[in-house]
Amino acid sequence: LCLWGHPYLNSIFLLFFFFFSLTPWVPVVGLEIHAQISSNSKLFSGSQVQFAAPPNSLVSFFDASLPGTLPVLNRRCVEAAVMTGLALNCSINKKSLFDRKHYFYADLPAGYQITQQRVPIAVNGSLSYSLCIDNKMSQMVTKTVRIKQIQLEQDSGKSLHDDVRSQTLVDLNRAGVGLMEVVMEPDMCCGEEAAAAVRELQLILQTLGSSQAVMAEGQLRVDANVSVHHPGEPYGVRTEVKNINSIRFLAKAVDYEIERQIEELESGGTILNETRAFDSKLGCTVPMRDKEGKQDYRFMPEPNLPPLILYNARSLPANMNHQQVVNIDWIHERLPDLPSVKRAKLVEQYGILPEHSFTLLNEAGLTEFFEDVIKQTQMKPKKVIGWILNDLLSYLKQHSLTVKESPVSSFLLADLLNRLEKKEISSTAAKQVFAELWKGEGKTPLEIVKEKKLQLIQDQEDLERICQAVIDGQENEVIICQCRKDGVLALPHLLGRTRSSLPGSLV
Amino acid sequence: MMGNTMSLVSAALKEGRVAPTELCQRCLSLIKSTKFLNAYITVAEETALKQAEESEKRYKRGQPLGVLDGIPIAVKDNFNTAGIETTCASNMLKGYISPYNATVVQKLLDQGAVLLGKTNLDEFAMGSGSTDGVFGPVRNPWSYSRQYKEKSVPKSHSEDKDSNWVITGGSSGGSAAAVSSFTCFAALGSDTGGSTRNPAAHCGVVGLKPTYGLISRHGLIPLVNSMDVPGILTRCVDDAAVVLGSLAGHDPKDSTTIQDNFKPFELSDLTDVSKLSIGIPKEYHAPGLSSEILALWSKAADLFKNAGAKVIEVSLPHTRYSIVCYHVLCTAEVASNMARFDGLEYGHRSDMNKSTESMYAATRREGFNDVVRGRILSGNYFLLKQNYENYFIKAQKVRRLIANDFVKVFGSGVDILLTPTTLSDAIPYMEFIKEDNRTRSAQDDILTQAANMAGLPAINVPTALSERGLPVGLQFIGRSFQEKQLLTVAKWFEKQVKFPMIQLDEVKRHDHGVFQHQKSASFLEHRT
Repeated sequence: LCLWGHPYLNSIFLLFFFFFSLTPWVPVVGLEIHAQISSNSKLFSGSQVQFAAPPNSLVSFFDASLPGTLPVLNRRCVEAAVMTGLALNCSINKKSLFDRKHYFYADLPAGYQITQQRVPIAVNGSLSYSLCIDNKMSQMVTKTVRIKQIQLEQDSGKSLHDDVRSQTLVDLNRAGVGLMEVVMEPDMCCGEEAAAAVRELQLILQTLGSSQAVMAEGQLRVDANVSVHHPGEPYGVRTEVKNINSIRFLAKAVDYEIERQIEELESGGTILNETRAFDSKLGCTVPMRDKEGKQDYRFMPEPNLPPLILYNARSLPANMNHQQVVNIDWIHERLPDLPSVKRAKLVEQYGILPEHSFTLLNEAGLTEFFEDVIKQTQMKPKKVIGWILNDLLSYLKQHSLTVKESPVSSFLLADLLNRLEKKEISSTAAKQVFAELWKGEGKTPLEIVKEKKLQLIQDQEDLERICQAVIDGQENEVIICQCRKDGVLALPHLLGRTRSSLPGSLV
Repeated sequence: MMGNTMSLVSAALKEGRVAPTELCQRCLSLIKSTKFLNAYITVAEETALKQAEESEKRYKRGQPLGVLDGIPIAVKDNFNTAGIETTCASNMLKGYISPYNATVVQKLLDQGAVLLGKTNLDEFAMGSGSTDGVFGPVRNPWSYSRQYKEKSVPKSHSEDKDSNWVITGGSSGGSAAAVSSFTCFAALGSDTGGSTRNPAAHCGVVGLKPTYGLISRHGLIPLVNSMDVPGILTRCVDDAAVVLGSLAGHDPKDSTTIQDNFKPFELSDLTDVSKLSIGIPKEYHAPGLSSEILALWSKAADLFKNAGAKVIEVSLPHTRYSIVCYHVLCTAEVASNMARFDGLEYGHRSDMNKSTESMYAATRREGFNDVVRGRILSGNYFLLKQNYENYFIKAQKVRRLIANDFVKVFGSGVDILLTPTTLSDAIPYMEFIKEDNRTRSAQDDILTQAANMAGLPAINVPTALSERGLPVGLQFIGRSFQEKQLLTVAKWFEKQVKFPMIQLDEVKRHDHGVFQHQKSASFLEHRT
């Protein structure tokens, strides 16, 4: 979580105002998050959902809004939204409604988006997330943001503007893909909090499988609503920041916007209720030019979809075709362990530090890797975690690899750690072996140990012989050893000599 | 032959007395000789003949697909038909060829029906005259009937003889005219506020609007999604039951269709109506109702009374709010439904290319007529945030009250409601266009649209000829999903009133043939 916890200039700035200004500012941040539902087909049509398919190759008659076509709700999308709602402690509405939201845009073929404006599928939830104070891993605090609602809605297509030829190309592959819009209440106060909340949400979605939630592929899109006000006063005018395509940029964009608003107000200006885009290259937000004034979306009930009725075990009608119903209880019982539970279990089961559990979960597949290693080694989990986080993870980061792509498998690492545990090699040697393993040349730890002569010498006579040789080599030197007061011989110099005379097999 | 009911023709096909291709040819040539009616926008001669040939092969093998096999039908041009133009009588969709069939079209084709072509309508089905389409108005076949010609004496000799023709009503006027002029044996219309029943009444045919949710709307280009129902136009009630049976049932592509299985039914001959309770809603005694129709209505009530049925006056107190309520709900959905016509994916696109927005504006200005544009504008007005509560929400509440009126009446033991379908018989085109579309629609839908608001099944049964020699129909409204009861009663009534057959010279010229005697047996005796 602290990977993004850079000491921002503006936090110093805010502190300055808090302590020295007569009128401190309180920033308020709310988020609207669109998560693409992981599903084979679209929300209301049978077209496939696939990232980076050839343009307009995944478009049904309905997606292209051919006259006379009708929406048919995708059960999988409903289940994903229910799952997500339950995981975010929401109450699930047994009856929710669909609405049309109208606006003209080239990538919105019907001229309206089907969404859930009046009664969404899930409401009144909460999300707990943790972040570290002062960028220190060891000082973590847990915060909660309220979830206002989760609504099902259609994604739009994509417009590609070719300014040179002054034409717009439209790709409808994405048009009609199912989205969950998660609306977070303005309970956050800085970029870091927003980033931590989104990261936690992302982990939850990925754990549930309800969304792949890869921001770079647009499966998770975050809009931030930002305002500042004086304590005790009503919330200030807010701006909406869009175009944020990574969690790191989210933190930057929010903090920039807070800073900008404070500066603006401090210098006597006003904040406009506007939409701004984050420019990741310049690191700032700029007004978006395409929206001319406030739009009236002319919401209307979607007449082609009956109310979405969900059941629980008690309300489930008898003789109902199970293909036709969604049972909330059934989904609840099958929810996987959520990240917070997983972390607690890791801490309890393996005795690792809470902050380590965060790091384990933050990296896709790392927990599984860790547990696989544990299963195959006698080394204590507390020691194993050090290898996982300090060695494996830093190598992965250095080479920008995912856990899946690691050239060192859990089997090889376990093998290596077992040799270390059995004192066949020293920990220094083990690090050397690890570095060799990383090259991915297909050698086993044993082969590397032998090849590099890294094994520890456990034979007493061998050791004595080597030491004698070192001492013999020192004959002409003035001081060989010193006697300490407590009678223990301190041989730093000699030890160093001995070590350097060997390839690396000593403690 | 051509004036026969579908059931009789179906029997003739089965017995080999007529071949599907011959039947199809006859219809096609009749379509040509009645071209002046402007009932069809597109005639799919080639595919129709091909379908007829396929049907003929099935009959020869002794394996017809059912009663619809080889039956020539027509479909209103707001249903999608794969490979055949679907225009909605609008510049916006002129030349548009859909890649898919509406579910109802597919079902008819799957049962061997022969699709002759697409029938004329008001642009996007917005109208009550079938006069406001880009392909021109539809002429009521009865304008050219011997019955009308005999009774309507031209006011002056200087007046153009041709200016006397009367409208079909609408918006499914093309389908009603097609069935009425014998160019097909059944046709699909759509019914949002009366668009099937109104022209059926004016053209002297049966027009059935089934319960909302009984027939799939998939592929019907919507007017008001929450009220649209595919309508059925036939020459008799039995035929309507057959077509209903072939179309009804759940469609996975339309989430508003009911899940329950629908069992097609045959109508029995009702012999005893004494257990029946017929409601006469007093509010349907509406301003502008012609005395002629009023008299016919009470005559019909007496008919039931004399046969032993209980006939009682009932009240549907919110009927009078129906017009304004309908106006708000209809235009709001129209504004929304028409948003997709932006010239990007299909249909008309303006040459204007200054910006995307200017292209949208020009496309929609060029593509839609005044009526459509007017409804889009008012609909968007009603949907504005500041107006939504005052208009849309209120209209929805009124709609609920209107629906509840029916629930109460049916709950009180009334089985069927009997009302007029239209205020008067069809009026001449020259007369009709003196008022604008909005005024006309408001007037003409008054007796029919409440059934759409409540989603109830309703049927027009041709009842008699007016003093001018034009058809007049009465409407029966039934309980939700009680089509069988509704049609059974309608059939009994149909049998009592013996509505006369249209006497068309065009048909006579074409309809010489082997089964002339049958026609006289089944219809000529009914002539009044």
